[in-house]
Amino acid sequence: MSDATIEVAGLRKRYGSTTALDGMTFDAVPGRVTGFVGPNGAGKSTTMRIILGLHSADAGQARIGGRPYRSLRYPLRSLGALLDASALHPARSGRNHLLWLAQSQGLGRRRVDEVIELVGLAAAGRRAAGGYSLGMRQRLGIAAALLGDPPAIMLDEPFNGMDPEGIVWLRGFLRALAGERRAVLVSSHLMSELQGMADHVVVVGRGRVIADSSVADLIAAASGDRVLVRTGAPREAAAALVAAGAEVTPASQNRLGVRAMAAERIAEVLAAGGVPFSELAPHRATLEEAYFDLTGDAVEYRAAPTEVTP
Amino acid sequence: MTWPRLLQAEWTKFRSVRGWAGGIAVAALLMLLFPVVGLAGGGGDKQASAATLGPDGEPVSDSYFFVHRVLAGDGQITVEVKGLASERGTPWAKAGLIISAGPEPGARYAAVLVTAGHGVRMQHDYRYDRASSDAAARWLRLTRRADTIIGEASADGQSWSRIDTVRLPGLATTVRAGLFVTCPDRVQGIGTASDTATAEFGTPRVMGDWSPAAWAGGQVGAYGARGGFTPSANGFTVSGAGDLAPATRGDVPVAAAAGDLLLGTFLALIVVVVVATLTITTEYRYGLIRGTLSARPRRGRVLAAKATVLAGVTFAAGLGATVVALPLWLRLIRGLGIFVFPAPPGVLLRAEVGTAAVLAAVAVFALALGTVLRRSATAVTAVVATTVLPYLLALVPFLPPPMAQWLTRFTPVAGLAVQQTLIRYPQVDSVYTPADGYYPLAPWAGFAVLCGYTALALAVALIVLRRRDA
Repeated sequence: MSDATIEVAGLRKRYGSTTALDGMTFDAVPGRVTGFVGPNGAGKSTTMRIILGLHSADAGQARIGGRPYRSLRYPLRSLGALLDASALHPARSGRNHLLWLAQSQGLGRRRVDEVIELVGLAAAGRRAAGGYSLGMRQRLGIAAALLGDPPAIMLDEPFNGMDPEGIVWLRGFLRALAGERRAVLVSSHLMSELQGMADHVVVVGRGRVIADSSVADLIAAASGDRVLVRTGAPREAAAALVAAGAEVTPASQNRLGVRAMAAERIAEVLAAGGVPFSELAPHRATLEEAYFDLTGDAVEYRAAPTEVTP
Repeated sequence: MTWPRLLQAEWTKFRSVRGWAGGIAVAALLMLLFPVVGLAGGGGDKQASAATLGPDGEPVSDSYFFVHRVLAGDGQITVEVKGLASERGTPWAKAGLIISAGPEPGARYAAVLVTAGHGVRMQHDYRYDRASSDAAARWLRLTRRADTIIGEASADGQSWSRIDTVRLPGLATTVRAGLFVTCPDRVQGIGTASDTATAEFGTPRVMGDWSPAAWAGGQVGAYGARGGFTPSANGFTVSGAGDLAPATRGDVPVAAAAGDLLLGTFLALIVVVVVATLTITTEYRYGLIRGTLSARPRRGRVLAAKATVLAGVTFAAGLGATVVALPLWLRLIRGLGIFVFPAPPGVLLRAEVGTAAVLAAVAVFALALGTVLRRSATAVTAVVATTVLPYLLALVPFLPPPMAQWLTRFTPVAGLAVQQTLIRYPQVDSVYTPADGYYPLAPWAGFAVLCGYTALALAVALIVLRRRDA
């Protein structure tokens, strides 16, 4: 297996008057899990369909290991994909679903046995797929993506409908795939699903990339070196800290957010001014908070504006 | 090569949906068992064996008014036909000279004759017909030498041109020969009306071994009440009805054509059409088409593989059913005493292979329409409307023949012509309808029409499939 990067360069796509993709550009490189995040309608599924050659782009291109998908002779050996776990004929058994896919790639029954074992579906393999739970369908879809032992894997919303046990299994599984130097691209509309699993995130909104960075950098940027101070005398505390050169914003009734000053120095200043305080906590943003910071104005389909406390 | 693997994958897809493989098996079974239904209705009636058979074993019409003398050796007879008319103007009303091998029904004969609307001809042994180059000739001559008969025509009784020379094997030395008049029913729409023709003959001149007895008149075969002859000053006035020709389906009411035994094709077609359409529309319905096209991005090949698998499966199942059903049922219904129009083995084989090929071509047609329309209900409706419906209409016996012929000429069901096992003789006017087992196009021409529709639908499907986002 040689390395294969999923390259997406300048994709544009319109459906009638709707712009689905507006210059989508990113890479998913070998050896890491790349999270592909954005609200519904941001263009994630469209991008994936274009990568697979299912939809044609108006401009730009997508390549797998340097080659357009449609030029691959046995494409599932280069890129394994799961777009829609429910895309099954309900009367066909899971095993036969994998078998025709395998045969189309010049692979045999032995490989079908291997992947069905790998995802833990061996017992249900001979039953009609129409009777599978959504979680079982996700596993079957992942088995299909792995059939060709591809260097690149792409999953669209794989956690949907999975039970907690399945989610834990899949996270570990995808990390292991990245550990084998595969490029793993996982889309989600929930950043929290990617926490602790993705190395890198591509955040998209309105058909283009908003942020493309490592998870560590993203969280650091969102955290912004803020320290939360819990105090019974917020007004006095704020006055003392501002006088000492810090930036202060009220966080809630008896909490203050403090920037531009380390926690130790805050403690000194408050103690010196005789202001009581009960807690000093360096703030660390979650990936989800970072995501909301980024996508606040990129969400197209949100029910109603909700109050966000900083 | 990647093509066999693609075929293998599409075959796995097909066989792994039980309803599809089962559906095709049911279609084959319907073809195998369906004649039972037809037999349940008409099996008890055994009058069918009354069909008159000609020298080749085929059913014939053998009735005419005969004014004859005995010819005990070689000889010649010449006559002028001064006039021929019938009450309803049937074009195939006939008057002329005939040599008959014997009085039994279906006996060999040779005749030279004037027709009301088809010129001057020489006909023999019911099936054989040759036109004279001189359609306006009114003088006729028959010459017998042993079992060889020569027919000639002349416009003036002076210069003669030969129409044909025929052999009547086993012709006895002593035969009856003379004048004859006959007139088939006039074909009107989907029915026929009986007609009687009357001809004015001049005095016949004979040479050779004729008996000296006077001319005697008599009806051969049925229609006796309407014939007769009266000698006149310079000849005879003879009238008659009936025909001397191969029988058509309508002439032998209780009889079967081998093609009838493939009537189960209609039910099989419904099943095949539904299965074939669903093989592609369910891919769209469940989104599986994306899996298919991402596994094999060359879409034309995917369509070709699907078509190959469907055509192969339906052809194999169809052929398996027809090669068993046709001989089996022919044997069974003959055993029940039902007369079956004879058909040579090559014709039966063509009907068997052709029927399987029609099913296969319709399956591919359905696949193509399914690819274009995507939705199961829409696609099945469209395919049924363009194949099953015209088939059904074409088989309705009381549909006006022009409409039935239009359907079997210009719609995909033209392919059913491969099932024609009856011979359509140009010298016989009849109600030739698909319901009776006669199709307007030659077997492979009809199949070519069906293939044309299939190719067209496939081409559209290919363009659409390639251009459309999946």
